[in-house]
Amino acid sequence: MDTATTDPKDKKDMEAEARHAGEAPDVEPLEASPVNSAKVRQPLYAARKKVFPKRASGQFRQFKWLVMAITLGIYYLTPWLRWDRGPFAPDQAILIDLAHRRFYFFFIEIWPQEFFFVAGMLVMAGIGLFLVTSAVGRAWCGYTCPQTVWVDLFLVVERAVEGDRNARMRLENAPWSFDKISKRVIKHAIWLLIAVATGGAWIFYFADAPTLLMEFVTGKAAPVAYMTVAVLTATTYVFGGLMREQVCTYMCPWPRIQAAMLDEHSLTVTYNAWRGEPRSKHAKKMAARGEKVGDCVDCNACVAVCPMGIDIRDGLQLECITCALCIDACDNIMDKLGKERGLISYTTLATYSHNMALATENGVHPADPRRVYGPDGKLVPEVRHFRWKILARPRTLVYLAAWSAIGVALLVALGSRDRLEVNVLHDRNPQYVKLSDGSIRNGYSVKLLNMIPEPRTILLKIEGIPGALLDIPELEQLAGGYSYAVPVDPDKLRNLKVFVTVPKDYALKGDSTFRFIAEDKQSNERDVYSAKFFTPEQ
Amino acid sequence: MSEKHIDEVSGVETTGHEWDGIRELNNPLPRWWLWTFYFTIIWAIGYTIVYPAWPGLTTNTKGLFNWSSRGAVATEMAAADAAKASLVEKIANTDLPGILADNEMRTFATAAGASTFKVYCSQCHGSGAQGGPGYPNLNDDDWLWGGDIDAIHTTIAHGIRYEQDDDTRVSEMPAFGEILEPEQIKQVAAYVASLSGTPSDEAAAKAGATVFAENCAACHGEDGRGMKEVGAPNLADSLWLYGSSEDAIAAQIRNPKHGVMPAWNARLGDTKVKELAVYVHSLGGGS
Repeated sequence: MDTATTDPKDKKDMEAEARHAGEAPDVEPLEASPVNSAKVRQPLYAARKKVFPKRASGQFRQFKWLVMAITLGIYYLTPWLRWDRGPFAPDQAILIDLAHRRFYFFFIEIWPQEFFFVAGMLVMAGIGLFLVTSAVGRAWCGYTCPQTVWVDLFLVVERAVEGDRNARMRLENAPWSFDKISKRVIKHAIWLLIAVATGGAWIFYFADAPTLLMEFVTGKAAPVAYMTVAVLTATTYVFGGLMREQVCTYMCPWPRIQAAMLDEHSLTVTYNAWRGEPRSKHAKKMAARGEKVGDCVDCNACVAVCPMGIDIRDGLQLECITCALCIDACDNIMDKLGKERGLISYTTLATYSHNMALATENGVHPADPRRVYGPDGKLVPEVRHFRWKILARPRTLVYLAAWSAIGVALLVALGSRDRLEVNVLHDRNPQYVKLSDGSIRNGYSVKLLNMIPEPRTILLKIEGIPGALLDIPELEQLAGGYSYAVPVDPDKLRNLKVFVTVPKDYALKGDSTFRFIAEDKQSNERDVYSAKFFTPEQ
Repeated sequence: MSEKHIDEVSGVETTGHEWDGIRELNNPLPRWWLWTFYFTIIWAIGYTIVYPAWPGLTTNTKGLFNWSSRGAVATEMAAADAAKASLVEKIANTDLPGILADNEMRTFATAAGASTFKVYCSQCHGSGAQGGPGYPNLNDDDWLWGGDIDAIHTTIAHGIRYEQDDDTRVSEMPAFGEILEPEQIKQVAAYVASLSGTPSDEAAAKAGATVFAENCAACHGEDGRGMKEVGAPNLADSLWLYGSSEDAIAAQIRNPKHGVMPAWNARLGDTKVKELAVYVHSLGGGS
């Protein structure tokens, strides 16, 4: 409260002054200072400063176009792929049939109890992300993340309608005119169309795509389909068109997690300050005069293309998604200047530090690019460059091993899984029933699972208790044996009420274990379930 | 708070709080975040208007949507009833053998009957219909009044010795304590025990055979196998409602207990009774 305290002497002076001015002498000034005046008040929010990324060209931009084409292609076209499974199953190659609780993936059909395959795939995706991050840094963020791909797509539209960076900035600052309004309307309309198509493609994964499309456009689809499309349209439009880099910076947890995943051997997009500094707009003149000057001509090309609105020359930043567009931009400038490419490049911190040590003579002097350039104007051989070898280091190999192990385990599980299953649940109440002739009967719920899309007749019998009789009231017993032929619908489960009776002559002492055996004679499939038979306490 | 503390590295003002030398930067929020925050406030206000929210002295505001959890349950129940209405109607219009022959109807009726059984029948017969002393086990193959689907249906519909129902099943075994000598009762109890096992006294059992033929065979049959038409139990099997010891048998001869079961047709309606019959029939597979 220092500023609010008034010295007693000042106070007296003020009173004297007040008297002199003929004001009321008995007004005691309060000791107060505004804590929330406009001068000290913090704004409640920081308004977003719009980013106007310039179009880049170069090898990484080419690669990003390719990745965008592939990922968008997969997303939009996959539901329309067909895969013949016969008359009893849908012919959509990839279908998540929530209503019937089946997941179809080409030749694989997954029942709910086999969901661990999907869980295993998700674990693989997670570890795969670790693997990719430790090997090539935030490649996911820069190339394949849907946010990145869709923002890129929306930027294509923006550029086509409003022009490149400078034109867009002019338009932004221009007063509202017919031209500005029409450009904005066209841009947002195309964005919304893309958003609807994005939300629309999503629902086709959950139902037969051609049927659903017809139902959707004729207004006959389920309300949940329209709601899903509406929600995904809104998120696509808002995230891809309006929020863009804010999603990565503020909302996504992945950049934070990655801070813990990167090490000095991870690839990051790096401004090579050891050859760039000191930067100067007058590099040529200075070099001619023999002054110390770096390769960076401070042209801001790297800043102009950055979709995140950052300056890569500030070093590794949380906001950087390593899309490498600044590398393309800088390489073009280096080509024009006749200098070696790679002032901005994919580099590891270890390589960077080595080269920096070279430029600073192990930190003794400030960086001087002249130390890394030979007399021929080329980088000296001591300068390290990226080598693919660094990808194979213990950390990445451990991730790769874990990732592959899960993959192999899933494949083995997939290859050896049953398509015919029998599950048995013993009646809990009563556990056994004594019949009038003294024999003991146990009841069971038997579930026969026919997990292929074809009708089957499954043979059910028991084994392991002498004299025991199998009885299924709802079916006719097969002649000449104790087995039943149970017809089961394609891709369905059949629940049977089953009795097992042990006649008095074969009376058991205590509980015993026996086996239910389900067989398909045609495919030679067989599943066995071990069950218990309970008897009264003697 | 009049003293501003500016973080040296970032140049940003801190909140003024300090934990072990660590201060928190007082960065402003992004605008979209702030808008989201305001939106949640507006949403909350709207929510309390359309949904029940504000407590009053005796009740609470009902909300514009007039929503209540009880009402939601009622809607769900009505939807569930509507969903099964066609099957329930089919069952109402089909006779019992027809229901058993149809897989869909039988499955539905069994499940519905099981649910009804838990509410109305399990108090005496047990939750698994396993019965107990004096209350028949419905899982076995011993049926006092017959175990085929129609007999079971009649028993449930009209009850046993249930005076309010005119068609109820009636049988009264006389109290032989007033008719027979104590010695004769002992003998006939030994004989009855011998039908399904070994009596305590062979000679008494032999003598009891005569007493049985004169007094009991009319209802229980000459071989003691009972008569379902009059609800006379089979005495030659190994299942006993009131106990298998000779003392228990003698007690039942002297002064028999007569179980009473209510008639359910009037209370549950014919469809539910049909479902119950199908369920009970499924327990032991009938007779």
